[in-house]
Amino acid sequence: MGSLNYFCQQAINALQLGSIYALIALGYSMVYGVLSMINFAHGDVFMLGAFFCLLLVALVPVPFWLALIIVMGSTALLGTLIERFAYRPLRKAPRVSAIITALGCGLVIQNVTLGFSPYARRMPSLLDITTYQFGGLSISTLQILIIGISLSLMVLLDYLIRRTPFGMAMRAISFDRATVPLLGVPANTVITITFAVGAALGGAAGLLYGLAYPVISPTMGIAVGWKAFVAAVIGGIGNMRGAVLGAFLLGGVEVITVTLLPSTYRDLVVYSLLLVILVFKPYGLLGKPPLQKV
Amino acid sequence: MKNRLLTPALLLAGLAISAILPATGLVNDYLQFVLVSLAINAILCVSLNLVNGWMGEFSVGHAGFMALGAYASALLTVRLFPGAPPWLIFPLAIVTGGSVAGLAGLPVGFLSFKTRGDYLAIITLAFLMIVKSGLENIPFTGGPRGLLGIPHFTNLPWAYFCCVVAFWGVRNLVYSKFGRGISAIREDEVAAESMGVDTRSAKLAAFVTSAFFAGVAGALFAHQLQFINPSSFDILKSTEMLVMVYLGGVASLGGSLLGAGVVTVLTQILQPLGTWRMVVLPLMLVLLMLFRPSGIMGYSDWSWLKPRSERNPKPKPEPKR
Repeated sequence: MGSLNYFCQQAINALQLGSIYALIALGYSMVYGVLSMINFAHGDVFMLGAFFCLLLVALVPVPFWLALIIVMGSTALLGTLIERFAYRPLRKAPRVSAIITALGCGLVIQNVTLGFSPYARRMPSLLDITTYQFGGLSISTLQILIIGISLSLMVLLDYLIRRTPFGMAMRAISFDRATVPLLGVPANTVITITFAVGAALGGAAGLLYGLAYPVISPTMGIAVGWKAFVAAVIGGIGNMRGAVLGAFLLGGVEVITVTLLPSTYRDLVVYSLLLVILVFKPYGLLGKPPLQKV
Repeated sequence: MKNRLLTPALLLAGLAISAILPATGLVNDYLQFVLVSLAINAILCVSLNLVNGWMGEFSVGHAGFMALGAYASALLTVRLFPGAPPWLIFPLAIVTGGSVAGLAGLPVGFLSFKTRGDYLAIITLAFLMIVKSGLENIPFTGGPRGLLGIPHFTNLPWAYFCCVVAFWGVRNLVYSKFGRGISAIREDEVAAESMGVDTRSAKLAAFVTSAFFAGVAGALFAHQLQFINPSSFDILKSTEMLVMVYLGGVASLGGSLLGAGVVTVLTQILQPLGTWRMVVLPLMLVLLMLFRPSGIMGYSDWSWLKPRSERNPKPKPEPKR
């Protein structure tokens, strides 16, 4: 009984962490899908999601749902601004330039936030949290909410990508970026919306992460956001289902690591796992190698 | 014949000046510190330039190679042979630091056979994170608190000497027949391979040489600051190197020197800004990519830095009518 209980408890923790990773990883994967570009700044958009929420709650007391919507809206705006002013001018440049710019943008965001708030902050709780007991197993409303919101956002995204004209355009562009714009698909609009949706998911993840682990710091864009990126790569970057799979896998691995080893080994295990998977499956678990034309 | 001896003579004179200069009292300790930092940055810049510039791949993991060099050399002088005479132990420490980093460059080089571009960047990133996190978890290296009490061995002549060796080594590599394969990989890997370039050896050579010199720079860095901890070698350190490379100029020796110079001076000038100074370098990187992606003197070099056979002036283009 005891060990089974412990296992279930850890499984819930893994599910919670995994669903937050999944929300961030989807943003990385969507952008990679349409632009074949690693948006390193996405981790810092996630971080800003948490800080926007902190700022908002400090200014006006807003209920949870309103805070979620405002945070998602503001990070979406930020995502489109980054795309418009930093990435779009480089659309035709070598791909390395785009990655470096993304890396630079992320570090600018991180260090500006560090300039305003050099220390870690405590996130206020926006909700009354009650904890339910199921025969020794405890699950809080917060955990249910986090997993629920993440899963419903993922279902919504899946609907958006598979069933709407926008989703069709997005899939078409990631299939062939050269031809599809010639057929009358407004590529720039689609790319802008992709960035907005990805950043909104990242912002939501930031808020949820702040509620689940209430100490937030400006460096968590790298500490947490980049792990979500690892999840996206493990699943096969550019592949939405791969991102979700990788995120839950990574959440599980991380929870297992922390129960077996000191928590400082977390990064070591996560990044070693990434290397091992890339050695055996160079394009991730569900990814396909790009066609190479000679 | 007179010409042929000029460069070695000038370099030797430079070494002599760097040895005498501190004794004359013309440069104070602070200026000396800046000059040594300049030399270390120049080594880092030319080493990263070999991979990012000449080979056209993208490494963000050079802070990891630097960390390995710094730790390996510092462990040698602090833990294994404390109190050994500097003239004996310091060269050994530098070579050890470079070799350990160079060995670590091997697996990254092997991984670069199959993966290119974005995925290689991810691999170097993972490498950096693993090195940093590994160092934090080994008690022997001082864990997250770092290694203290490293003797102050790095002085101006040593820094100057290592810098000259790094530039000389990289120059001779990239202008050699074998090393031109490295640039061929940048232009078109498939074409290079079909023309008979041994791309695998070229990639390995580039990664190992580059990692070796990054390790040498790390050894100098450790014995200059006398204190290292894992978080001195984070992604921001790699960013600093990237700024140097892309500011000075990709695939350029002179550009490496220039980039290192500008960044060294900037970091000193911006010191009063505190945390905000960290914003400047990444912002510069973004602006550079947007407005001048190959840097000040990308793909070109000052003729005195080139081998003699490369110096003949280009034929002037016909004036357009």
